Amino acid sequence: MRHRSLLILTAVLTTGALTLTACGSRDEGSKDSGDSGGKTTVVIGVDAPLTGSLSALGQGIKNSVDLAAKTANKNNEVPGIEFKIEALDDQAVPASGQANATKLVGNDDVLGAVGPLNSGVAQSMQGVFEKADLAQVSPANTNPALSQGDNWAKGDIQRPFKTYFRTCATDVVQGKFAAQYLYNDAKKKKVYVVDDKQTYGAGLAAIFSAEFKRLGGKVVGTDHVTVKETDFSSTADKVKSSGADSVYYGGQYPEGGLLSDQIKKTGAKIPTMGGDGIYDPAFISASGEANDGDYATSIGYPVEALPTAKKFIEDYKAAGYKDPYAAYGGYSYDAGWAIIQAVKAVVADNDGKLPEDARAKVTEAMAKVSFDGVTGKVSFDENGDTTNKQLTVYEVQKGAWKDVKSATFED
Amino acid sequence: MHELPQQLANGLALGALYGLIAIGYTMVYGIVQLINFAHGEIFMIGGFGALTTYIMLPSGTTLLVAIPLMIIGGAIASVAVATAAERFAYRPLRGAPRLAPLITAIGLSIVLQQLVWGFYPDAKKPRSFPEFQGESFKLLDNLYLQRADAFVLVLAPLCMLALGLFVAKSRSGRAMQATAQDPDTAKLMGINTDRIIVMAFAIGAAFAAVASVAYGLDKGQINFEMGFILGLKAFTAAVLGGIGNIYGAMVGGVVLGLAEALSIAYIEEIPGMEQLGGGAWANVWAFVLLIVVLLVRPQGLLGERVTDRA
Repeated sequence: MRHRSLLILTAVLTTGALTLTACGSRDEGSKDSGDSGGKTTVVIGVDAPLTGSLSALGQGIKNSVDLAAKTANKNNEVPGIEFKIEALDDQAVPASGQANATKLVGNDDVLGAVGPLNSGVAQSMQGVFEKADLAQVSPANTNPALSQGDNWAKGDIQRPFKTYFRTCATDVVQGKFAAQYLYNDAKKKKVYVVDDKQTYGAGLAAIFSAEFKRLGGKVVGTDHVTVKETDFSSTADKVKSSGADSVYYGGQYPEGGLLSDQIKKTGAKIPTMGGDGIYDPAFISASGEANDGDYATSIGYPVEALPTAKKFIEDYKAAGYKDPYAAYGGYSYDAGWAIIQAVKAVVADNDGKLPEDARAKVTEAMAKVSFDGVTGKVSFDENGDTTNKQLTVYEVQKGAWKDVKSATFED
Repeated sequence: MHELPQQLANGLALGALYGLIAIGYTMVYGIVQLINFAHGEIFMIGGFGALTTYIMLPSGTTLLVAIPLMIIGGAIASVAVATAAERFAYRPLRGAPRLAPLITAIGLSIVLQQLVWGFYPDAKKPRSFPEFQGESFKLLDNLYLQRADAFVLVLAPLCMLALGLFVAKSRSGRAMQATAQDPDTAKLMGINTDRIIVMAFAIGAAFAAVASVAYGLDKGQINFEMGFILGLKAFTAAVLGGIGNIYGAMVGGVVLGLAEALSIAYIEEIPGMEQLGGGAWANVWAFVLLIVVLLVRPQGLLGERVTDRA
């Protein structure tokens, strides 16, 4: 009997471990830093969830960086340099992110990396990149602690990693913006807050709650869900009996979509609001239940509405990628382009050649990068955060996300 | 306590789903003492089989007509995969040490997941599944029963009843019991044990297909990873109820489902336990319950004490 329990325990643990690490890795990137036709190869690393339930976003990130590299090559943006990307799959798992970061650091041709999607994964990568002086630009991490230190909420802002940059605004901006919209524009006073316990979701939910209460609203209850689970009916019934007139969900769309549907199925006709993690068509198609009236905030103005983004959208279509650019395409392109601009500055400073300590130089140059990108003006502040604080609220109308308010955030 | 009936209904529906999947673990374990970790994936394949059937039906088919066909289509897919797995992955290892088929099962689970991920159209993202239209049934002021929940609550007991009768009364069922008790003697008595083992896999797979249709109708989506967590929960239910006992699987499922629903709703209302309640802790409480039950009754709720098994 004792043997059997041991067997069962071992089996459960093994299954868990194996499933998390399932799926193979890609081929090694070419190691020859030799000249290909007189040009030096510079590799931009990409880390994103390319498989699994978040792959819709991850593929968009990969393709957009690829487009940036190809555009740079075509326009001969940096003379003598040929850009390539090396895309690794992190499956939204922090341990995979760390392994991928280590792999990218090991390839001498890599001078910058774009990614990851998830704030939780970013935490595991930052240290690896800093030791190697390798610049990392995330198109999607919104957790404030990544660039402002763990004590940012107390006003003690200290940049923990000098190699970390991002092209999207943080959750401080996003959570407050959401609270202001829900309280002032949507006129909701009693909110039920649910999060998924992850770095991104829990952080966003906390910022939202604080701002909502500061405005005068009431948080009538809180609960948490577990990622990859699908039955939230008990939580949904708690929401219903709490008498809330709205729900705020901090997390990603796979759980968010199901939660919103299951709340509506209880008969409570109240909107669910979330951050950029739920701003995806898959949130609406999560089930057959109508999501009309649900809200999401996302960073920046709608890519389709920006005049600067027209060319990006056309080029992306012309390149014939299989997956759409999704929510972070524009930010990924800008992140890739920022690295290309930094390489350009470094090469120009060194008589048209890459210096010996190219990585450190590129990281330094990142701070001074400034250009008009897909999402507007791209530049980084002293913490590596974007200086672009434009946000948009989207609402589900007739089964599609529609932008209802775009504004530049002011505290 | 106003929402208690509702939470009980949620827990029952979830538990019935766990129970349907747990049958597959418990039947196979009862006969060949193999923990078939690929069973969660058999469940998932049942769901994709049912979805394929639905897509192939002419548009405009009502759900009432479609559901039986979807269950049949799902069952064909899951039974085919389960019997093939038995024939090509487990049978060659029947005489091998017990860890060998266990590891094979884990490997098979990963292979099946990746096959669906790689080859089923658009399966890299959740695929939407038909849902019941219309409002939920109002039973009491504070008790609404959603259509998909009603579906599983009706179907699960019917399936259990049919299986119970089959095992107790039919010739094949009795042969199954004999094989479970002592495969060698059963063989000497002229029972084709290979056929019985295939049958155990097939029945488990058919139940998993029923569960996957119920799951799809409830959640409105299926995806290639859904078998993992649900399989783990169903396996837990099978152990809780006493692995090897078919009624135990259903009882274990219901107890587990109720424990999850009630811990989400009520643990946080106990003074001093606010931090330990809600959805975040539901799995913790479910496993605390499992450990407590196994401490008191190591053989599970309805399991028999068997000392001659490893």
